[in-house]
Formats: sequence, structure tokens, C-alpha cells
Amino acid sequence: MSDLTITALRFGFLLLLWVLIFSIVSAMRRDLMVGRKAASGAPTQRQVRRNPDLAEAAPQPVKQQARQLVVVEGPLKGTTLPLAASPILLGRAQEATLVLEDDYASGRHARLFPQGSRWFIEDLGSTNGTYLADQQLTRALPVEPGVPVRIGKTVIELRP
Amino acid sequence: MSQLSTTPKPRRNVELALLLLALAVGIGANMLVGVDQEKAFDSDFWFQSSLLAVAALVFHGVLRFRAKYADPVILPLVVALNGLGLAMIHRLDAPDADTGNNQLRWTLIAMAVAIAVIWFLKDHRVLRRFTFISLAASALLLILPLIPGISAGEILGARVWIRLGPMTFQPGEVAKITLAIFFAGYLSSNRDLILLAGRKVGPLQFPRFKDMGPMITAWLVSIGVLIFQRDLGSSVLFFGLFIVMIYVATSRISWVVIGLALILGGGFAASRVFSHVELRISGWLNAFTPEVYGRSPGGSGQIVQGLFGMANGGLVGTGLGQGRPDLVPFANSDMIIASLGEELGLVGLFAVVLMYLLLFTRGFRAALGTRDAFGKLLACGLSFAVALQCFVVIGGVTRLIPLTGLTTPFLAAGGSSLLANWIIVGLLLMISHTARGPVDTTPLRPGEATESMGIDTPTEAVKHS
Repeated sequence: MSDLTITALRFGFLLLLWVLIFSIVSAMRRDLMVGRKAASGAPTQRQVRRNPDLAEAAPQPVKQQARQLVVVEGPLKGTTLPLAASPILLGRAQEATLVLEDDYASGRHARLFPQGSRWFIEDLGSTNGTYLADQQLTRALPVEPGVPVRIGKTVIELRP
Repeated sequence: MSQLSTTPKPRRNVELALLLLALAVGIGANMLVGVDQEKAFDSDFWFQSSLLAVAALVFHGVLRFRAKYADPVILPLVVALNGLGLAMIHRLDAPDADTGNNQLRWTLIAMAVAIAVIWFLKDHRVLRRFTFISLAASALLLILPLIPGISAGEILGARVWIRLGPMTFQPGEVAKITLAIFFAGYLSSNRDLILLAGRKVGPLQFPRFKDMGPMITAWLVSIGVLIFQRDLGSSVLFFGLFIVMIYVATSRISWVVIGLALILGGGFAASRVFSHVELRISGWLNAFTPEVYGRSPGGSGQIVQGLFGMANGGLVGTGLGQGRPDLVPFANSDMIIASLGEELGLVGLFAVVLMYLLLFTRGFRAALGTRDAFGKLLACGLSFAVALQCFVVIGGVTRLIPLTGLTTPFLAAGGSSLLANWIIVGLLLMISHTARGPVDTTPLRPGEATESMGIDTPTEAVKHS
């Protein structure tokens, strides 16, 4: 094989190595969903800029829906959990959606579930009770974004 | 902010595309090493390439079937590294040597074991049941090379091998996995105790003396490995693993301070008492002094030869199969990074280091995503162990730190290291599967919660004062 071919193959291989790395990084970027178009069907800012009519067509919703759950106090402070359309189990059990590392929480402490456009919280017979804005829960109640929910020493909030 | 996607995507097709690219790297490297000697497409090449490709695709198929939501970039990264290592070892083989095919055999065995781990374990949380069994297993694995009869004796100054029929095996490589399982299980149950008790000195909160037990144990294990097995690298690895896991579990900097103080004290004492440690350090500091270079035990010739090789490679390398990495002792195991550096140059070596970095970030991503404390700690610990091992080896070869006898994950010739690292990959894939998959929200039947996972039901949490 000629020297030229070998040199071409040599540099081609280095290029291939870096192509692999850049493909992996771009797969990771897509994985983090940076810059993904809003999946809600609402027009993006760029679409509105191009076509001002869309802005009127999509009025701001009266009440913003909660999109994530944030732990604001307690051992897991700072943890966030995206809210999907499925209910969320809170408690110390390893099966819980959010495993609370809180000595004052029960294994299966409370359940958050969506109904219509709102999220409800329901106590699952916990020992120490669940408090919605300092009121102990006796039945399922709707949780508005920003209202603290206390479970043991943990306080969680829904955020838009 | 754009809406978060609510349905997780398996992304297995992305993995398949990346995997094909990774196989192109591995097989391309294997082809290039032969181009010069006009043996590019001999039967060895076809045999090795097709076996590697089939094994990687089978692994991919198993993931499709068993761990649909596993991270799509971990497998391609590891296959690319393993393929590069295979090509380099094949290239360095003397005409009658069989290291390349032996490495391929071990790769296949290791991949089969990793597949078995994914197939049979299904959920990493099961491992939490084996917390203390893992501790016992680690102790056993570390003691095995010292037992006469099984021990393969002292090879190259270290007693870390055991004899299994015709082969030798390094049980310490597997011990890092069992130790990570023990630390993860222990720390996820006792985290609060360690976190809450203790007295404050300035900005640091120091733990109570009785909570120091596991820390002292870890220190004793690593010092014991250093004294009895004469293995500096593993000793640093085990202790680093524990410090990181306890720091991740408690986020207290005081543990890191205590840990570093202990290891520095231990290391300093060891360098005074044991000649081999002292030789390593002087070989690192004065590598280019002629008397240190040619010294018979513990000379720096190996490191310096490696440095010369990398300098010869320069920016873009001599090209695969065209350098002389075979001049360096242990060019296919300890010094494989120097061999790759010579033939692929700085550009290629950076690509290899970046692959390790990406692998490490994916391990941590799995740890962040998974929702149980045990899984978080296990993923952190395992990916950190791989990263620390890379640092210790690559740092040693490039003379950043003293050279110690650890293996380069996935690249270096050696079956036990491959096996252990592929098991780690299996565990990380499984943890990332639970981290990225949809949350299981089907209501539990009463009693199912605790029975299915074998976790002690915590006494319901009335902890009122």
C-alpha cells in the first residue's frame, strides 16, 4: 500500500475518533433536551416574533399549571421532580416516587395525583400526618403552586 | 422554559448508531495496525473483528429487551475503548504470542457476565440486601492472594494474583465492586446517624468517634493492602472510593479532611517503612537521573521510555503500527496509554481521555437521576472508581504522580480488570435504566412494598421527643 494511502488512513482514523466523540456529545445534548421545541403546542418566542398573530391566538392561561415538585426544606432540600400525568407516591419506602430520607415520614406517607388541571394531595394514613399550609389533611385537597406541603421535616412545593 | 418531555424515550436506535461508529473505531484500529505489515485482512483480523461486533450487537439486543431505558452512550463508549485496547494489544503481540486473542476471549467472557448481571439482577436495589455479605466477600477477595496454595506468589513485587488452573486472576479488581456495594448499602441506611451527631469545630462538623468505625475500617483495609500485598494503587483506589462515597452521602467536607489527613499520614509512614513505596517516589521525582533510571528494582526506565515514546508521537502520532511502543516494558498493560500516545499522538490520546470523562459523566448522570439513595451512592461510587483508576494510571504514565500498578480500564491487557469493569458497566446501565425509565405508579398491594424488595420495614416514624 502506498505511503499516501497509509497517511490518509492515519489521519482518517484520528478524525473517526473525534467524530465518535462529537456524535456522543450531541446525543447527550439531545438527551438533556436543551433547545427542544415546546411540546405543549404553544408557539415558541421565535414563532411569535415572526408571526405576531400567534401571540393573540394563545392567551396566557389564567392559572399556570404546576410542572415540577420542589423540596424546599428537609434532608432532600433542593431536589426537584418533574410532574407527569401520573400520581406520585411520597414516603420512606424505596418504592416511593420521591424517597424521603426523613425519620418523621412514614413508609408510604402521601400521594399526589392529577385530576383535571389540578394536583391533589392525599394522606395515606401516615403516623405523623400531612400538612397543607399548616392544616392537617383529613381528605384529598387540591394543591396550588407555591403552597407548602409538610411531611415530617420535609416541606415540598409545586412550582409552575 | 420549554416543557419537560413527560414520556421517557428509550433511545435504543441512537445507541445502535453510536455502537456502529464505536465498532468502526475498534475494527478500523485493528485494520490499521496490520496495514504496514501487509497483514491487514488476515484470518486473525476477520476473526477478532466479527467476534467483537457480534458480542457488542448481542449486548445491544439484550438492552433492548431487558433495560430499554438504559443510557444510550455508555455501551458505545466502552465498546470503542475495548476495541482500541484489543487493536493495540494485537499490534504489540510478538509473532508467536497470543495476548491479543487471550484479551479477546476475556472481553467475550466479561461481556457475557455483564449481560448475565443485567438479565438476572433486573433491579439494582436487590443488591442492598447483600450489604454485609459484600463486606465479607471483599475481605475474602482481598485475603485470597495471601493464602498459600491459591496464591500465585509474588509477581513483579506485588502479591495480588491467585492461580485458577492455568490462569491467574486478580481478585482485588472484583473487590472494588463489592466494596462499593457495601459502602452504598451501609451509608444509605446510616447516613442520618453520621450526619446528625458530632461536634462543631469552626466551620467543620466532626463526626462522633463511634461513627468513625467504617472510616477506620476502610483505612485499615487500604493500609493492609499496602503492607501485605504491596499494591499502592489498589490501596489508594479503595480509600478514595470510600472518601467519595461518604462525602456524597453526607456532603460534609470534614470527612474529606479527616480522610486526606489519614491517607497522607499513612502514605508518609509507608514511604519511610517500605522500600518499594520509597523507590516509587524517588523514581517519580528524579526519573531522569541516570542512577535512578537504571536501578534494578524500582528504576524509572519504564516511565521514561514511555515519555520518550509519547514525545516521539508528538501531536498526531506516528500512526498505528508504525511507532516502536514495544520498546517500553509492559507496553500492552501498564503502559498502554503511552503506546496509544505514541501511535495516535496527543490528538488521539485526548480522544481516549475524553471517552473516559464522558463515561464518568454518564455514571454520575445515572446517579443524579435514580430515585433511591442506595442506587445513587452505588452509581457514584462505581463511576468514581473507574475515574480514579484512570487518573492514577494515566497520571502515573505521564509522570504527574508516582506510577502505581493499577490497570487502565478496558484498554490494558488483563482479564480480571476487564471482567470487573464490564460488571461495573452492567450495573451502571441497570441503574440508568431505572433513572431514565417511566416511574412505576401502579398502586401497591398491601404488604407488597416491603416484601418484594427485602428491605426492613422502618418502624413507623414516630420519633417525637
